[in-house]
Amino acid sequence: MAMNGGLSVRGLRVAIHHEGGDRAMRPVDGVDFEVAPGECVVLLGESGCGKSLTALALMRLLPDGLELAGGQARLGDTDLFALPEQDMRRVRGGRLAMIFQEPMLSLNPVLTVGQQIGEALEAHRHPTAEQAAAETSRLLQAVGLEDRHGTSYPFQLSGGQRQRALIATMLAGEPELLIADEPTTALDVTVQAQILRLLKQLRSERGMGLLLITHDLDVARDMADRVVVMYAGQVVEVASREALYARPFHPYTRKLFSVLPSAHQRHERLEHIPGSVPPLGTVFTGCRFAERCALAWERCHAEAPDSQTLDDGHVARCHLVSAPRPENAAGAGYPPETGRKTAEAEQVAAELLEVTDLAVHFPIRKGLLRRTVGQVKAVDGVSLSLKRGETLALVGESGCGKTTLAKAVLRLIEPTSGSVRLEGTTLDRLDGNALRVARASMQIVFQDPFASLNPRMRVGEILEEGLRSLRPELHRGHRADVVAGLLEKVGLGRDAALRYPHAFSGGQRQRIAIARALAVEPRLLICDEPTSALDVSVQAQILSLLQDLQAGQGLGYLFITHNLPVVGYLAHRVAVMYRGRIVEEGVAQDLMGRPLHPYTNLLLDSAPGRGLPEVAAAPAGRPEAGVGCSFAARCPMAVAECAQAAPDTSTLAGGRRVACHRVVPE
Amino acid sequence: MTLSFRPEILWSDALLFLLLAALAVFAWQVGRHEHLREPWRRVGRSRMGMGAAVLLAAYALVGILDSLHFRPALPAEPGQPVHYAAEVHSVLDTLVGPLRTQVEETYSAPLALHLYAKETMELPDGRQVRDFPRLKFGGAHLAGVEARAGDIAGHIGMGLLAGGVASALALGLALVFVGLGAGPQGPSGSPGHLGITGAWSALSRSSSLAGLRAGLIVLCLLLLLAAAVIQLAPHYHILGTDKVGQDVFYLSLKSVRTGLLIGTLTTLIMLPLALFLGVAAGYYGGRADDAIQYLYTTLNSIPGVLLIASAVLVAQVYIETHPELFDTAAARSDLRLVFLCLILGMTSWTGLARLLRGETLKLREMDYIQAARAFGISHLRILGRHILPNVAHLVLIAVVIDFSGLVLAEAVLSYVGVGVDPVTASWGNMINGARLELAREPIVWWQLAAAFVFMFALVLPANLFADSVREAFDPRAGGQA
Repeated sequence: MAMNGGLSVRGLRVAIHHEGGDRAMRPVDGVDFEVAPGECVVLLGESGCGKSLTALALMRLLPDGLELAGGQARLGDTDLFALPEQDMRRVRGGRLAMIFQEPMLSLNPVLTVGQQIGEALEAHRHPTAEQAAAETSRLLQAVGLEDRHGTSYPFQLSGGQRQRALIATMLAGEPELLIADEPTTALDVTVQAQILRLLKQLRSERGMGLLLITHDLDVARDMADRVVVMYAGQVVEVASREALYARPFHPYTRKLFSVLPSAHQRHERLEHIPGSVPPLGTVFTGCRFAERCALAWERCHAEAPDSQTLDDGHVARCHLVSAPRPENAAGAGYPPETGRKTAEAEQVAAELLEVTDLAVHFPIRKGLLRRTVGQVKAVDGVSLSLKRGETLALVGESGCGKTTLAKAVLRLIEPTSGSVRLEGTTLDRLDGNALRVARASMQIVFQDPFASLNPRMRVGEILEEGLRSLRPELHRGHRADVVAGLLEKVGLGRDAALRYPHAFSGGQRQRIAIARALAVEPRLLICDEPTSALDVSVQAQILSLLQDLQAGQGLGYLFITHNLPVVGYLAHRVAVMYRGRIVEEGVAQDLMGRPLHPYTNLLLDSAPGRGLPEVAAAPAGRPEAGVGCSFAARCPMAVAECAQAAPDTSTLAGGRRVACHRVVPE
Repeated sequence: MTLSFRPEILWSDALLFLLLAALAVFAWQVGRHEHLREPWRRVGRSRMGMGAAVLLAAYALVGILDSLHFRPALPAEPGQPVHYAAEVHSVLDTLVGPLRTQVEETYSAPLALHLYAKETMELPDGRQVRDFPRLKFGGAHLAGVEARAGDIAGHIGMGLLAGGVASALALGLALVFVGLGAGPQGPSGSPGHLGITGAWSALSRSSSLAGLRAGLIVLCLLLLLAAAVIQLAPHYHILGTDKVGQDVFYLSLKSVRTGLLIGTLTTLIMLPLALFLGVAAGYYGGRADDAIQYLYTTLNSIPGVLLIASAVLVAQVYIETHPELFDTAAARSDLRLVFLCLILGMTSWTGLARLLRGETLKLREMDYIQAARAFGISHLRILGRHILPNVAHLVLIAVVIDFSGLVLAEAVLSYVGVGVDPVTASWGNMINGARLELAREPIVWWQLAAAFVFMFALVLPANLFADSVREAFDPRAGGQA
């Protein structure tokens, strides 16, 4: 590719500095790619594949203990790795800028946004005071902020505004290439869509290259001109977006696509990629993906493939490019699991959980005497019901009260009012022993598998804890049997009981967390974003596990998530929550296919992978206490009535319930 | 059959033994749990940590020997009940025997043969001269100053020889330890049968044995020094004598116990307070939190020295008005020491409590605590099984770091006059005694210097050890999750 301007990376290697030096650990091991001016290249891969380290190596900002071990990177005609540090400092933030995942950590909390943009301007363009002020205002406009935001401190801005402000500071140096490392992972879908649109627009306006790092195939589909797929520190496939999404070549890429849940695959079993990304320091003799590849044969294990170009411009690092798979090779190819129907749990009419008008209000206390001066209505009158063997998905943006609702159902937080009935028993007035007995029938699985297991306890002790408390009649030997049975049920060996949580990967830890919840034989399992911290390949494993458990034991799931494809794949019914209320509820396929509430509409349109359509909705502001519909301020369909009275929930045909003035029951 | 002595357990001894028992239980716990063992292994591999640990262990040995108290039996008529001396001795006193009993008139310089002050002496012929008299014990076997250098060199030579033999023994033991594969595995060869040369090359080169190597070097140096001192000390006052003629080296050794006790017993008293109040404030929140915060904010805003001074005075008055409670002088001064530890503990728990409160506030919201609550596990069990083990590393780091601060605090307090009893040997008292003599010409420097060197040699390794403990327990420094 002819390069005037643009970035070209050849054979980039990053090594972990090791005292002995006898075992080379290379988290990035020979990466080649180009980014042309005005082009968006997406670096795609699961965590631990070396995506972020590649970016940091380009910026020459590798953390301590890691060092550049070879390769070349040219930005235009500048050799980035040959520059003295002093000149590199001018390139960094100037010609080459980078934005990070967590905007709160990348902005200095004690400086205003304007000051930080000014600082960047000062460093790269040395403007006069008036020029700086004008330029700051221009940059703020370019990222969709107003001038007044320049005088705000980062904590006064919302997550999306912070990410915009960060982008503005990075644009100050007029970069030729912007590296964005998972810029939207910490944001809600609606905000994510806005930021991605902004990046796309800035790229075409300024003709700058964009190197976007993500693990999200849908984001890549919306953004990329070309996609670079990384696995275990190497590039395994490079292709234009159209080619990649139409005909992925490398078995890893193909697997990545096949493990993504979606509404089309409903009732079908998701494919697995067995195992997980190889840990650092693994010594590879053959292809790095061979261990997990269903198509691997002897040659793959013996000989590492080179990158080879296919007819249609695809570049893949796979033996299949040059030779077809031998007919007589061992291994069955893709397992016959594909397309297999999942067993459906028998849905009994019996109600499992009934939540009526549940409210959780947190008092705002002020003054010396801690008088209550107001209330935060985290959950504000929610009614839900769930049958046995059914999955109810609870979706909504962060801060809408989903997790608080879950904790209130479990009585981990005392609800302010309303009632919770579990299998006909009202839980509100229970305390002490009766509550403990009731708790045996409902359990929770948390989002972060690293925070949900006590690092100081063995897995066996973790699993036994609930048994000791809720089934004290079991004696020691019996308990050990139960633990072993649980571990096998979630696909871990018995010997896992003797190890500590840090010995397990994220997906395995989540299995342990599920086993812990199942130990007391609950009928209701509340899953609080159980897969959002996991890689897609592991997510598929966990979702399949949950489905199997539901089919086997008739568990009811209250599944909290913001991932709409997962909802479409897994849920029987969906409840959409906004600012503490359920705004729409209905059967999953029906609701996802024909949303009635404007907020549901907004959520569905913002989901990545749909080409980022312009959504007519104001960005989320600060919640204000008001009488009307809480969504009115953002709603594109709002009428005068919306600001005056909160809508009632009306029930429509097919059990759909909507709280909106503009939706009238037929 | 009657014993020739009666063991005497002072209050501070009892508390010290309690502390040792607690340490033993802690070590046993660490040995049982892989995740606890790992950071200690890292300490074991650290050169600085192990070198410091050997020095600290030497101090601890002196301190423990000095805490085994007894009262010797007085010579008694047959048939009469045995009476025991009013004076309490320790095993250390017995071991260093002559150092305690060889008391001169007044000051004498280190290794001197003559007193520091001139006295009027009567010569055999009746004439009176004013001169520096010979010491009663220090170098008394010598004819004159001319013979001293050779004699000292001879003793040191003997000492180095003995120390060399002891060091060689220690080295041999370490080689056997490594050779048998009991230590971390060498770079080559099958475990268990390294052979003597293999063990030697592993010990001298392997990076995983760096800690052991450093510890051995410090141990050898220490053995050489100790052997030389053992040879020399019975014949000279190697660090001179103080105002009343007591051997300064002996006093310095006795001060080790005081310093260690202040450093450790205070911790013993402070820990339950800090742990209980800090964790309770963080976990229960609300009113309990308010009350505890109020308590430590108030306590923190009272000047510490003032509080300590008044408490020590109260104790002093109590001791003096109840002489019948103490049958020995040692018991009396010991109570004051314990009381000082108590009041230091009462004033120093706030920092750690604040730290623990913050950490607990964070832990309380962790998912695994929530999960435990969803199982209906009682608060006390959650505190014991989930919170405490997860703040243990903070406690450990705080305790090790506090230790050296407390040793220094004792010196300052005794210097100000509100520290330990004036008859208790302590570095603070030594400094206080030396203070008035600094103006003399020529200067009386050895008391101050001895206190300084001994304290420095305790506090510096304590700080270095604290550093390597902190590093080993710091999740960021560990490298692996």
